[in-house]
Amino acid sequence: MKSHDGMTLIVKTVTRLSVWLIILYGLYIILHGHLTPGGGFGGGVVIALAFLNVLLAFGHKFTGEWLKIPLLEKLESGSTLLFMLVGLLGIFYAGSFLANYIIKGSLYHLFSAGTIPLLNIIIGVKVAMSLFLVVWVMAAFKIEEEEEQ
Amino acid sequence: MILPLLIIVPLLTAFLITFIGGKKDTAAVILTLFAVTILLCMSLYSFIITGAQTQTYQMSAWAIPYGISLVLDPLSGFMMVMIAIISFTSALFSIQYIRHLQQDWKYYALFMLLLTGMNGVVMTGDIFNLFVFMEIALFAAFGLVAFGGKAEEYEAAFKYAVMGSVSSTIILFGIAVIYSATSSLTMSVIAQRLPLLDQKMVLWVGGLFMAGFGLKTAAMPFHAWLPDAHSSAPAPISSMLSGVLIKALGVYVLIRFFFNVLGAPRLFLTLFLVLGSISILVGVFLAIGQWDMKRLLAYHSISQIGYILLGLGLASPLAIFGAVFHMFNHALFKSLLFYNAGSVELALGTRNLKHLGNLSRILPVTSGTSMIASLSISGIPPFNGFFSKLVIIIAAIKTGHPVYALVAVVGSLLTLASFMKVQRYGFHGEKIIEKTVNKVGWSMNLAMICLAVLCLVTSALIIPGIREAIMDPVVNVITQKSQYLHVVMGR
Amino acid sequence: MTIYLMCFILFLVGFYGVITKRDLVKIILSLAIMGYSTNLFLIIFAYRTGAHYPILEKGTSVTAMVDPLPQALVLTSIVIELGITALLVALAVRLYGKYKTFDITKIRRLLG
Repeated sequence: MKSHDGMTLIVKTVTRLSVWLIILYGLYIILHGHLTPGGGFGGGVVIALAFLNVLLAFGHKFTGEWLKIPLLEKLESGSTLLFMLVGLLGIFYAGSFLANYIIKGSLYHLFSAGTIPLLNIIIGVKVAMSLFLVVWVMAAFKIEEEEEQ
Repeated sequence: MILPLLIIVPLLTAFLITFIGGKKDTAAVILTLFAVTILLCMSLYSFIITGAQTQTYQMSAWAIPYGISLVLDPLSGFMMVMIAIISFTSALFSIQYIRHLQQDWKYYALFMLLLTGMNGVVMTGDIFNLFVFMEIALFAAFGLVAFGGKAEEYEAAFKYAVMGSVSSTIILFGIAVIYSATSSLTMSVIAQRLPLLDQKMVLWVGGLFMAGFGLKTAAMPFHAWLPDAHSSAPAPISSMLSGVLIKALGVYVLIRFFFNVLGAPRLFLTLFLVLGSISILVGVFLAIGQWDMKRLLAYHSISQIGYILLGLGLASPLAIFGAVFHMFNHALFKSLLFYNAGSVELALGTRNLKHLGNLSRILPVTSGTSMIASLSISGIPPFNGFFSKLVIIIAAIKTGHPVYALVAVVGSLLTLASFMKVQRYGFHGEKIIEKTVNKVGWSMNLAMICLAVLCLVTSALIIPGIREAIMDPVVNVITQKSQYLHVVMGR
Repeated sequence: MTIYLMCFILFLVGFYGVITKRDLVKIILSLAIMGYSTNLFLIIFAYRTGAHYPILEKGTSVTAMVDPLPQALVLTSIVIELGITALLVALAVRLYGKYKTFDITKIRRLLG
């Protein structure tokens, strides 16, 4: 299983440096989703790609130890529950599902737009986790197949 | 107030199940049963309370041209009750049937997602939201078809997924055309603006939607995926797919779109008639030669969908009553037949009719209920299938289409022939079979008995007093085309 | 008009691929092409000549804007296509595990 233990030292070093920057950029896109283009989905994809970088550079085994996969799975389904919780609170506070019941704040400010930044963060977590896990699971059953042979 | 809950409850249950996940299959079963029971109560309550009224609900409190609205009119309520009944029995049947496959919490999560998608499709008043819910239901369906993990199941799921996504793309194209013409995605606003436009647009949109939703309905030229997908899925899912999915995603949307939004253009009604009658004949001819029990049933789904389309194409109130009634009846007896096939497969390890024999001793409930369902689907008097087919045939003669009436009669006779084959070889053959591989448990029997009783009880919908009370509001929604627009916009 | 026609041709290219190709991966790619053509169609009819991008910024006055709704629809449909592609690829990997081939003509245990 040499091929799954990652790439060369150069790639590993660059990845080690760049992965946090990529995650930071993803967080920026998520947090500014209500002000600039992007938002939960775009930022989530960027974060998932940072994780995938690690998966490609360091291989399956290292990534499995670095990220706690069961925790990611819990986050993935938990974020959906949180989303629906926010939506359901809308019914109680403003009379309609997903209604925007927090004070909206003023235009162009980071803390504005009521529940929208909150939902963006939840969607970002969901997208990052599920996109990464899809690739992770697929990479896993490729290995299973090879082990059978 | 109850409208969003009908979608939220299954969605919440699906993700609660995945959140708990792991090895706790019992928790998943309990959650599913709980949710399905709640949904059954809520949909019955909303159908009865609503009566002839229409409720609308604005998501996130945005007014109608901007926000997504949920609409619960009698037709949606009727579909919802149908979905709830079938999903309730299907969940009941699954408890013991799915046990022999591993990791059944995944199954229940997908099952609840399927339910979410279907409930969303029948309730939404926004055409793009309909598309999204449709995709949710389809994703769950693809996963469930492949759930058994055999080579055939992956093959069927792949075929189904390719067909499904081609049709979804065509539908999205149609939605894009509609939006570019009317600048709106709300169905009532589209219905308002379309008559003012060039009528070529109606042809474009209608053609794209006919192709897209025709693929979902599995009417004749688009039927190729159905027998594979429906016969490869686990039995409770076959019953969900054949019983309600092709109706919620196919027939319901065709009704809603062509009658309420486009105002039933003559050309498309003729298309319904032609496709319906071809489906009746070809479906039943293909079915009669099958020896695999579930494949035979799947081909019959095509033929029975043909009856529904035929009734819709005739477009007189009586014919539409027949179509809607037959839709409900088909959901009941086809689900029951798939449960029968599933319990035979579980008990004997085969569903090939050649290897079956006299099952009335070892599987009394299965063979008894299968007799009821067979009589019902082939149109023998005291059961519901007879009345709905009779109504469609009478309507065809009354509206001056004797050829289509003849097609319906011939289709019904051939259906009878093919189910005599099922009964003759499958349940009352000469070969005495003594021992079973697995036991058919109480919950499977209970699900089958529930549906068998309903097959008999729903015949009562034809009785004049009951018919006026329950079915007439549903039929009125379809026949009074522009009423939908006014009711939804009126709030 | 030409641009819509080109878009429709792209759609047909994808459709042709779905119908005629034998390789599972090529079928998946053709489906993706069909999806892209639809997304492209949604985007190009939302375009207004000389219009601004639909984002409010500090200090700019609201003039003619490109229709933002189709862009939201495209985002949703991209997500859906992502899901369906992932599902199809997973099924293709599983099918390869069972049949040891990607050729659709050799994957024929069902009747049709």
